[in-house]
Amino acid sequence: MPQVTLTVNGTSHTVEVEGRTLLVELLRENLRLTGTHIGCDTSQCGACVVHVNGDSVKSCTMLALQADGAEVTTIEGLAKPDGTLHPMQEAFREYHALQCGFCTPGMVMSAIDLVQKHPQGLSEKEIREGLEGNLCRCTGYHNIVKAIAAAQEVMHGRRAELAPAAE
Amino acid sequence: MNVVTPFEGIGASVKRKEDLRFLSGRGQYTDDINRPRQTYAYILRSPHAHAAIRGIDLAAARAMPGVVAIFTGEDMKGIGGLPCGWQIHNKDGSPMAEPPHPVLAQGKVRHVGDSVAVVIAETKAQARDAAEAILVDYDVLPAAATMEAALATGAPQVHDGVAGNICYDWHIGDPAVNAAAFQSAHKVVEFELVNNRLIPNAMEPRAAVGDYDPTTGDYTLYTTSQNPHVIRLLMGAFVLQLPEHKLRVVAPDVGGGFGSKIFHYAEEAIVTWAAGKIARPVKWTADRTESFITDAHGRDHVTKARLALDANGKFLALHVQTLANMGAYLSTFATSVPTYLYATLLAGVYTTPTVYAEVKAVFTNTTPVDAYRGAGRPEATFLLERLVDVAAREMGMDRVEIRRRNFIPNDAFPYQTPVALQYDSGDYVATLEQALESSGWASFEQRRAEAKARGKLRGIGISTYLEACGIAPSAVVGALGARAGLYEVGTIRVHPTGSVTVLTGTHSHGQGHETTLAQLVTDRLGVPLAQVDIVHGDTAKIPFGMGTYGSRSLAVGGSAMVKAMDKIVAKARKIAAHLMEASVEDVEFDRGTFRVAGTDKTKSWGEICLTAYVPHNYPIEEIEPGLDETAFYDPKNFTYPGGCHICEVEIDPETGKVDVVNFTAVDDVGRVINPMIVEGQVQGGVAQGIGQALLETAVYDEAGQLLSASFMDYQMPRAEDLPPVSVATHTTLCTHNPLGVKGCGEVGAIGSPPAVINAVVDALQDYGVRHIEMPATPAKIWNIINAGHKLAAE
Repeated sequence: MPQVTLTVNGTSHTVEVEGRTLLVELLRENLRLTGTHIGCDTSQCGACVVHVNGDSVKSCTMLALQADGAEVTTIEGLAKPDGTLHPMQEAFREYHALQCGFCTPGMVMSAIDLVQKHPQGLSEKEIREGLEGNLCRCTGYHNIVKAIAAAQEVMHGRRAELAPAAE
Repeated sequence: MNVVTPFEGIGASVKRKEDLRFLSGRGQYTDDINRPRQTYAYILRSPHAHAAIRGIDLAAARAMPGVVAIFTGEDMKGIGGLPCGWQIHNKDGSPMAEPPHPVLAQGKVRHVGDSVAVVIAETKAQARDAAEAILVDYDVLPAAATMEAALATGAPQVHDGVAGNICYDWHIGDPAVNAAAFQSAHKVVEFELVNNRLIPNAMEPRAAVGDYDPTTGDYTLYTTSQNPHVIRLLMGAFVLQLPEHKLRVVAPDVGGGFGSKIFHYAEEAIVTWAAGKIARPVKWTADRTESFITDAHGRDHVTKARLALDANGKFLALHVQTLANMGAYLSTFATSVPTYLYATLLAGVYTTPTVYAEVKAVFTNTTPVDAYRGAGRPEATFLLERLVDVAAREMGMDRVEIRRRNFIPNDAFPYQTPVALQYDSGDYVATLEQALESSGWASFEQRRAEAKARGKLRGIGISTYLEACGIAPSAVVGALGARAGLYEVGTIRVHPTGSVTVLTGTHSHGQGHETTLAQLVTDRLGVPLAQVDIVHGDTAKIPFGMGTYGSRSLAVGGSAMVKAMDKIVAKARKIAAHLMEASVEDVEFDRGTFRVAGTDKTKSWGEICLTAYVPHNYPIEEIEPGLDETAFYDPKNFTYPGGCHICEVEIDPETGKVDVVNFTAVDDVGRVINPMIVEGQVQGGVAQGIGQALLETAVYDEAGQLLSASFMDYQMPRAEDLPPVSVATHTTLCTHNPLGVKGCGEVGAIGSPPAVINAVVDALQDYGVRHIEMPATPAKIWNIINAGHKLAAE
């Protein structure tokens, strides 16, 4: 079987995979990084979004072999080693932007990329448009949108700390 | 009520305890579980809606790499079928038709997705490859893909021996009284509508891992379930004939359910049974299209209704005739949904003196239909709230005024409806007034005019609804045909140093029980939230339980916890009395402190807990050591949340697209434990209701193929499709449970669809539209707007 060498969350791995193995399968089955989820077969739901070389990618739509030499970040790699959460993770908790948690890893990874690519800041409407590739069945997106709006302020250095959710 | 610092008790919007796990990728969902020597199952499914199986050739598949075993219906012949949990009786008193529901097809397939064979291999890919090499000789039969087709003369028979494809022909109410009331009516409004078929689509596809230890004979099933004890009971007793002590069912983190993960599914039995056969773990995970064709669907009613009114717009009588699609087999609770969860709600929030409902349940060659968020109550609410709007228009009355005139007044509680239920509390005027105020109802016409100036059609719609949840008193449901009790179980395990583990029979799959239920303990025992853990979802850890559905977890499960905490406090007071040399009657407990009334003699919670487990100075003759109590709580009645939803839409006449521009929900869910979580539950429910009203529908072709079997074809609500949803609560307490709670999980999906459609119809008022079926798609609306001047190309 062919081999693929890639760096995931800062650790280099060399893995034997079938040609048809998807990146998400490599992450979940070979590396047992089960935080990245599979919610559909048609690249619609975004539960499997990870970062590949800094861009958000649906890992069910990329062959593992295509990730040869790539730097991959998954939800497990977001928090600092001391456990400090990424501002986006913190915002999702503060704004109750998750319920069952299944779409959450992909949603957080997509949201981070969305914010990073828009340093000028995103309006509510732009955030909603930016989430086009991610499905959530629990929240109605209301609190996800609020969390992303709050997180971008911290990520772009406009606020030192996350604005607390209104009681 | 106790107060702790910082305030974490009842009424506090504390952040969720479970979030850190989910946000760090450390959730443990069923597909994340991997057992040593695990194999993978792939289920070969019927591509036909109706066919006889003439033969199955496994030779080529068996020779494929990695194949461990292949089983077909022939191998599972001695295994019981999947049971139905609720027996309904026909009008004549005879029991419903209850055809067998085999785990693997026995000679015939009855819907696309019916399971035909299971291939078990070393890898998932090998199992799938081998399944493709199985040759099934199908004799394709004509299919009854819709209720209309199934009820037609000479229709294909879904099951031999079920004449006319009728599962049951049931009714509730007094037909003679009802008919007489129509005689005296000033006006009768007749109305027909469809409640569109939906696919629940929890984001986590169903999965199951079966494990077996041949040295002990112990089976373990990990499954995506809302109620692991119910699965153990159904699968153990009815399907595989395994005693409970040899069968452990674990429902770990579950990624959404919305009802679809209540039911006992074939795959759970298949992986458990197969693990025993091959003495290795077997894992199965659905792909999304498999979920579409095998997860139980929801709704799918066709209804005719007549409402009788007097000259003042008072409702005199309601007569409802509904056809309810069961699909090809009876899913676990399918039969109860269009009967006791639907027709009993047809009084709604109104004083209609007589209601008569007739329900025919119909078999079709489609995926089974069962409870989906709201289950029966959204169907009742949609019918009532559309009908009331139509009646108002045809009576020339204001939509709000006709509702006010018919509301059950506050002094009428407890209120006995003509369809069996007795409502304990509510304040329908209050939720209405609050919603009218915050939605800006009174100033709407200005916004309509302003929109018109921009070339847009703006409309506003209202729904005043009620539902019955907190399911349910065992004796009542038993008398109505339920084959289960619907109590709940809670164990409060106080540890020697005073921290608490709660074992609950309810299950959290997004609801936030690990937080809300812990708040109950913090509030009552004064133990900080960080020192309270909630354990659920494992039959080996939790004494018993009936699981989570019907917005029952707090009302029933929380009440069981309160009962268990009462026992804890009673015992702890005895220990405290002993230590302080006082009589038990004089010992008060508050905020984690035991005090001899009127004195400064106190003992802390921690001292009492330690004494219970280190009983050196202890009334050992009177009470046992330890502080660990279990309670079973059986509710006295259903709970009755209600409220008012107001939706404002804007339609672009060029495209027919509806934008929901404002949505206001004011709900009475009883006492609110965590306002943040309640708000999230309502927002999520409203999102599913807007999805039903504008976007979602399951579409079958005439041959019984599900055309909407992927996220490319079934329109799930996305962030852009939904508005910000304004949520508020107005509380009247439930009078019959110790917490005063009613339930909030389903209200959003129940109250919202008619508010949306009423708004769409209102926006189209200049086009003579009486009704528009859900989903109100751009195509339907464009056609209404453009009727009479069709495009030349057509």
